[in-house]
Amino acid sequence: MIVYVYDGGFQGLLTAIFEAFARKQDVVKLTGESRFEPGFFDTSVRVRTESAKAERVWLGLQKKIGVEGQQRFYKAFLSEQAEVLQHLFKYAQYVFRNPDGYAENYGNDDVLAMAQAAQKVHREKHRMEAFVRFKKHQNGLFMATIYPDFNVLPLICQHFKDRYADQPWVIYDERRDYGIYYNGSTICEVVLASKPRALTEQDVMETGLDSHELLYTTLWKDYFQSTNITERKNKKLHLQHVPKRYWRYLTEKMA
Amino acid sequence: MEERIQEKLKILADAAKYDVSCTSSGSNRKNDGKGIGDTGSGICHTYTEDGRCVSLLKILLTNYCIYDCAFCVSRSSNDIKRAAFTVEEVVSLTMNFYRRNYIEGLFLSSGIFRDADYTMERMLRIVKKLRLEENFHGYIHLKTIPGASEDMVTEAGLYADRMSINLEMPTEVGLKLLAPDKSHTEVKRELGVIRAKTVQFDDERKLIKSTPRFVPAGQSTQMVIGATAETDRDIMQTADQYYKAFSLKRVYYSGYIPISTDNRMPIIGTPPPLIRENRLYQTDWLIRLYGFDVQEILNETHQHLDLDVDPKLSWALRNFHLFPIDINTAEYRLILRVPGIGIRSAQKIVAARRFGKLRIDQVKKIGISYNKAQYFIRCVDTPFQLNERDEQTVKQLILRTSQSKYLKNQFQQLSLF
Ligand code: SF4
Repeated sequence: MIVYVYDGGFQGLLTAIFEAFARKQDVVKLTGESRFEPGFFDTSVRVRTESAKAERVWLGLQKKIGVEGQQRFYKAFLSEQAEVLQHLFKYAQYVFRNPDGYAENYGNDDVLAMAQAAQKVHREKHRMEAFVRFKKHQNGLFMATIYPDFNVLPLICQHFKDRYADQPWVIYDERRDYGIYYNGSTICEVVLASKPRALTEQDVMETGLDSHELLYTTLWKDYFQSTNITERKNKKLHLQHVPKRYWRYLTEKMA
Repeated sequence: MEERIQEKLKILADAAKYDVSCTSSGSNRKNDGKGIGDTGSGICHTYTEDGRCVSLLKILLTNYCIYDCAFCVSRSSNDIKRAAFTVEEVVSLTMNFYRRNYIEGLFLSSGIFRDADYTMERMLRIVKKLRLEENFHGYIHLKTIPGASEDMVTEAGLYADRMSINLEMPTEVGLKLLAPDKSHTEVKRELGVIRAKTVQFDDERKLIKSTPRFVPAGQSTQMVIGATAETDRDIMQTADQYYKAFSLKRVYYSGYIPISTDNRMPIIGTPPPLIRENRLYQTDWLIRLYGFDVQEILNETHQHLDLDVDPKLSWALRNFHLFPIDINTAEYRLILRVPGIGIRSAQKIVAARRFGKLRIDQVKKIGISYNKAQYFIRCVDTPFQLNERDEQTVKQLILRTSQSKYLKNQFQQLSLF
């Protein structure tokens, strides 16, 4: 088996696709550098990320599957799952090798896997647009922490920028330890020196929350309770929509 | 002061929760780059413990009311705590919730305090302040006050994304029984005013591009289900009629939760008809999105929806002679009619079959509910069945394999009348 070892990034993946095409090696196993464990019978090839090659593959994909297809491809990539990346690799080979339109052949495993992974990531993107909860700080900054399954920050930043154009904010992905910061005009990536923690009421003093923050947190929790109709209680449905793993940063779910 | 606002919010959110609509999509208001908010994404920010979407801050301006509609918690004869927000309080709550990403916007409705215009005037002040002073571009749903002046209703339409006025009961007879002061004629009048204005603005926009949007997310209405004796056919016929006459975006069906000892209605403690409500929504979808006509599902011989199976399956079982259809050749609109196949899967099937005949394992992977669909379709490798099954057998087979989903909460299925 030929194993391609790449840097795990998006450009790296595209470069790997380029290399496989150039060398006519189609049965290839793809591995990120961090996960690489050389097998005894494997031949490993180091893929050096080259943006020119990546660019060519990306443009080629655009011709084949359109901008929408590209977006789905990118979303699927953000799932960061090894099997999905392998499917993406094979998917690209499949669409390049076949006439236009084959990207819609959901009877093909790679096409379907890519569509399904993109769908999953898209769903979490949606969820994060919903579940981000800002807390206002004394300095006027609105801060939120999230812990998503997939790397969705790149997908949600435009939404928050458009919506909260007149307030500075930070959304921090605690699982991946990086965040995005909007200063009122532009967005940049940030890494916090000291990690944020889920805030409890006792933390309020130390962390410099705005003096009204506690009031609005309480009002929101109350509202969440009042709007519930006990006669209709349906825990299963509730959990399906708001899975427990997301609770830790949801204001209305905090004790 | 803080305690007071807390108490008001409890009272006025509690009284507003029976309005089930929480939609925040269908509008497309863009932020100008300096203000706050936008609409169009229709996000549910959380879900109540009963599984309903929480998208908007849904409150009453006040629960004081001069009327005494028997089905309503805010009715004047009901002995409950009353409260009223000030204009500033509603604006500040909305803005502060919005900025924290709790909500998509505001759903404002109200009991009728003093008279219709007095109440409507305050609601109008709230929406204007939000839009003009706070530069708020989030979603606003206004439930208009029956009987308010046409001028005020029209002006509100310039600032709101959606407006609604509730039919309350599916038939005029039912409404008169429980709320003698109300009438469907009044509802029709207001829906008509908004409808006419919307058409007028759309026409003007064709000529003058800068014409403002008028109620861009359209109108909706709500009916309470199970408080009076209407059949499902009555309900869906009314819905269909209003969809057509007023181009409504949505009709909502709200299972009645007994809140009154009034002997014209189900007694307190009667569980709300949740399954029935769900079946009505499913029927509504079939009509709006799946190309069904109400008559096909509910008619002279079928006045009520089945409670044990969904309306699509029920229709398919009644029309068993139309099946099985060949998944590889049937028209899209017929594939949509197969129980267990949704819109997305139907589209995928039609796209995928151009590349070769589809097998069972492929349609399963595409995501159809094969468990149900298998009796109604043929794939290229579907084996021939020698002794054809009849619809009763199929129904039993499907029910047996999906017991938990269909038969749970069966106690709630007992019809009230
Ligand atoms: S007018 Fe509206 S708020 Fe007043 S009792 Fe009737 S339904 Fe309730």
